[in-house]
Amino acid sequence: MDQFILQILNGLDKGSAYALIALGLTLIFGTLGVVNFAHGALFMLGAFVAVTVSNLLTLSHKVVDETRTDFLGNPLQVDVPYLYDFFGQAAGDTIIDWAVPISILVAIPIMVAIGFAMERGLIKYFYKRPHADQILVTFGLAIVIQEIVKYFYGANPIPTPAPDAFVGSFDFGVVLGFDPNAIIYPYWRLVYFFFSVVVIGAVFAFLQFTTFGMVVRAGMADRETVGILGIDIDKRFTIMFGIAAAVAGLAGVMYAPINSPNYHMGMDFLVLSFVVVVVGGMGSLPGAVAAGFMLGILESFASMSAVIDLLPGINQIIIYLVAIIILLTRPRGLMGRKGVMEE
Amino acid sequence: MGLLEVKGINKRFGGLQALGDVNLSIKENTTHAIIGPNGAGKSTLLNVLVGKLIPDSGSVMFDGQSVLGRAPHEINQMGISRVFQTPEIFSDLSVFENVMIPCFAKRDGAFRMHAIESIFAEKGIQQQAESILDDVNMLEKRDMLASSLSRGDKRRLEMAMCLVQDPKLLLLDEPTAGMARADTQNTIALLKEIREKRGITMAIIEHDMNVVFSLAERITVLAQGTPLVEDTPDNIKGHPKVREAYLGETQV
Amino acid sequence: MLGLEKKDFRLLLIVIGLTAFAPFLLNPFPEGSDLAQFNAGYPDLMQRFVIFGIFAIGFNILFGLTGYLSFGHAAFLGAGSYGAVWMFKLLSMNVLPAIAISVVIAGLFSLLIGYISLRRSGIYFSILTLAFAQMSFALAYSVLTPITGGETGLQLALSDPRIFGAAQTATGNIPVPALFGLEMRSSFEWNVGAWLFTFNAGYYLAAVFMIIAFYISIRIFRSPFGMMLRAIKSNQTRMSYTGLNARPYTLAAFVISGMYAGLAGGLMASMDPLAGAERMQWTASGEVVLMTILGGAGTLIGPVLGAGMIKYFENIFSKINETILHGWFAFLPDGLEDVVVAMIYPFIGKGWHLTLGIMFMLVVIFLPGGLVQGGQKIAALFSRKKAEETKPNATEPAE
Repeated sequence: MDQFILQILNGLDKGSAYALIALGLTLIFGTLGVVNFAHGALFMLGAFVAVTVSNLLTLSHKVVDETRTDFLGNPLQVDVPYLYDFFGQAAGDTIIDWAVPISILVAIPIMVAIGFAMERGLIKYFYKRPHADQILVTFGLAIVIQEIVKYFYGANPIPTPAPDAFVGSFDFGVVLGFDPNAIIYPYWRLVYFFFSVVVIGAVFAFLQFTTFGMVVRAGMADRETVGILGIDIDKRFTIMFGIAAAVAGLAGVMYAPINSPNYHMGMDFLVLSFVVVVVGGMGSLPGAVAAGFMLGILESFASMSAVIDLLPGINQIIIYLVAIIILLTRPRGLMGRKGVMEE
Repeated sequence: MGLLEVKGINKRFGGLQALGDVNLSIKENTTHAIIGPNGAGKSTLLNVLVGKLIPDSGSVMFDGQSVLGRAPHEINQMGISRVFQTPEIFSDLSVFENVMIPCFAKRDGAFRMHAIESIFAEKGIQQQAESILDDVNMLEKRDMLASSLSRGDKRRLEMAMCLVQDPKLLLLDEPTAGMARADTQNTIALLKEIREKRGITMAIIEHDMNVVFSLAERITVLAQGTPLVEDTPDNIKGHPKVREAYLGETQV
Repeated sequence: MLGLEKKDFRLLLIVIGLTAFAPFLLNPFPEGSDLAQFNAGYPDLMQRFVIFGIFAIGFNILFGLTGYLSFGHAAFLGAGSYGAVWMFKLLSMNVLPAIAISVVIAGLFSLLIGYISLRRSGIYFSILTLAFAQMSFALAYSVLTPITGGETGLQLALSDPRIFGAAQTATGNIPVPALFGLEMRSSFEWNVGAWLFTFNAGYYLAAVFMIIAFYISIRIFRSPFGMMLRAIKSNQTRMSYTGLNARPYTLAAFVISGMYAGLAGGLMASMDPLAGAERMQWTASGEVVLMTILGGAGTLIGPVLGAGMIKYFENIFSKINETILHGWFAFLPDGLEDVVVAMIYPFIGKGWHLTLGIMFMLVVIFLPGGLVQGGQKIAALFSRKKAEETKPNATEPAE
């Protein structure tokens, strides 16, 4: 039983990331009808916003520390972050420590702006082109973004720690009445899960309860009719693209402490996210979220040693296997609508 | 016994009865029009005939064989060709290639792995394609890209693609929809010519009464998914039930 | 000639000429000169040019003609490589059975994956192929280690049986792949003044296969079958209402392109007898997509050009470092030199992927016919031909 709960918990954080990326992908599918292979790159950019913010916060200048000497006997030069000068050492340390959460605030405007730029500058010219062209041009864009990041940040992963307060693990076992250490779960992963639930909830609430969201949903269902009503759906779709970019970016920011950001993490997640979207059903937002969590948890169950003993290698392929079976038996995915992306 | 025998077809979409107990018989060597107001089930019926939809019950016999459960390409190979409301042609191919493809389909069936033979060596096919293009007056446009044709020419090309297969039955789905008056007249003339010269049985679904009465020899009126009446054009014009259900609103 | 139209035959002759004289053409700069670093006429790279050329020619038969975008073709290349290495281990070091088996294995593998994936079209097809390829990669990397060598890859060993050949050479080494005694790695070097030209056995073997592959692809493009494939890309509805079954046509195209990939994999293993799982990764499939589209999808010669260009970039362009750049721009005033170098540097050397990505995007946006179309446009500009004259050519796929 404790193993069972542990696997569900383990699946949640990866599932959260899948769900967030798939949600953004689906928003773009559903509203703009565009297959965006650069969505993983947006996720990666989000993670690098976190890296950049923490780099900026630790910008330092050299100060000669008279009390210490280096190994040659000269006075030691130490790096002092500018933040110490502004806020004093204690407050400065706290701010640096909280770099990742602070990045969330920075990431939203940046990612929305990147989303706008992408949609206005490139994607809008591809609405009427075949899906293959959309895949290709966004695939190219993903390579370009990736290489730019590589140029500035190098090819190695950059550790970006979570605030100290969230380092360590939470012992679920004790709470649930199992032995201590039976179910331990890192705090930050818990934070990631709750964060993703909040973001997903916010997106759904936005679409459900605002006039803007209502129009967009109507546009997803029937773009032409909404156009006839004289509503400028294009502008709303641009904003939607910005939101989708922000969701992907936030998923990336918060993922930075879990997996040190590197320039190709977007491509790694992209393939799986597409699989998630297809399993959930093209154009279905609840489907994308449900499939994200489902596949995350499934993947974690498949990694149990008991399962691997039974079916060697199953943990490596479970997601693809599920996707293939679903695509062949339920062509529209778990919750897909009729006619989306079907030629 | 007609060339096409439709018996007791029913089709429901959810709660909507799209077709209710449809019986229809299209005799060989006639032009049979199917008319009816919007939502009468004309398109649904057509889609059943070409294998795109499978009815809930009933039978469709063509030339003594059932068409139900067969894929569109199999039904075509049985001898039913279809002209669409908006011409379905191979836009990225040349006019000449467009008509060569049905020639190959007629000769080689649904699939043949002729991957090494050269198109340029297929003299018989080329002659066939040339002669049909000549028939529809498009020979001088043979090297044009199909997408660059005018709408009227696209329609003629599609017609040529169907005719070159020498079908037993030609289904026409609103062949003049959205056409200018001159184009409509040209299409009527073309269809009349095909009918007279080739003796192909035709089934036309059409809104334009002008087209229907210039071409049809038999007319079936469909209303709310059921055939209301079937008769000659002259009798249909005077039929009170038809006036009530359909013609009244178009004031012919 | 050879069942080809005059224009196509001329194209074939050009390709034969270029591959035959590649050791000269790719080494235009004298040894030891500053520009010698741009010489691409060394065996390893020349082999890659033709092998990836084969891969791209095959991919183009599927994508260029039918429009079905597969993101999983590297799996077939990988399967072909494994097959070939196993032949070297079990049978003998002769490359012919190895290449034959790689084509057969890739053909069967693509028949299986194609049969399932082609039940869906459009984006779903792309994702199915992607999923299959990633699955193959994951399995080759882990569970299938006894067959694939897992992380280290599949390598030859002294203990291999090699029932029709020697398990080891007289000196106790692992034998090398050869064609009836002609070792693939053997080269003839020819010094002409300051120039050095290398004629490598493996390259010429691969080049012969590429020419055959290219010839078959021309025949397919000009065949009724090829026309049907283009018809599928253009309008599947009309296709089925013309009495044609699109499924076997697309499956045949898929298997043919899979066999081309297998041939490429087999040749790769023949040049260097090892095979690794990373050859199957989806990014490797993405590479052949890049090659084909950059050169010109749906054109005959485009994929070969695309493959050559990307491999040249990868191996030559990528070696340009900051010092070399400074050397080139040394004639500029110091400040300006630094600025120019700083501006160019991100795009070349290690940043070549960035240039590649940008070029690829530009091609997708502006030149659907790839570099071949670009070349034709430029040629049309220069020969001052009327724009109309290029249109009737649309009858046949561009060269």
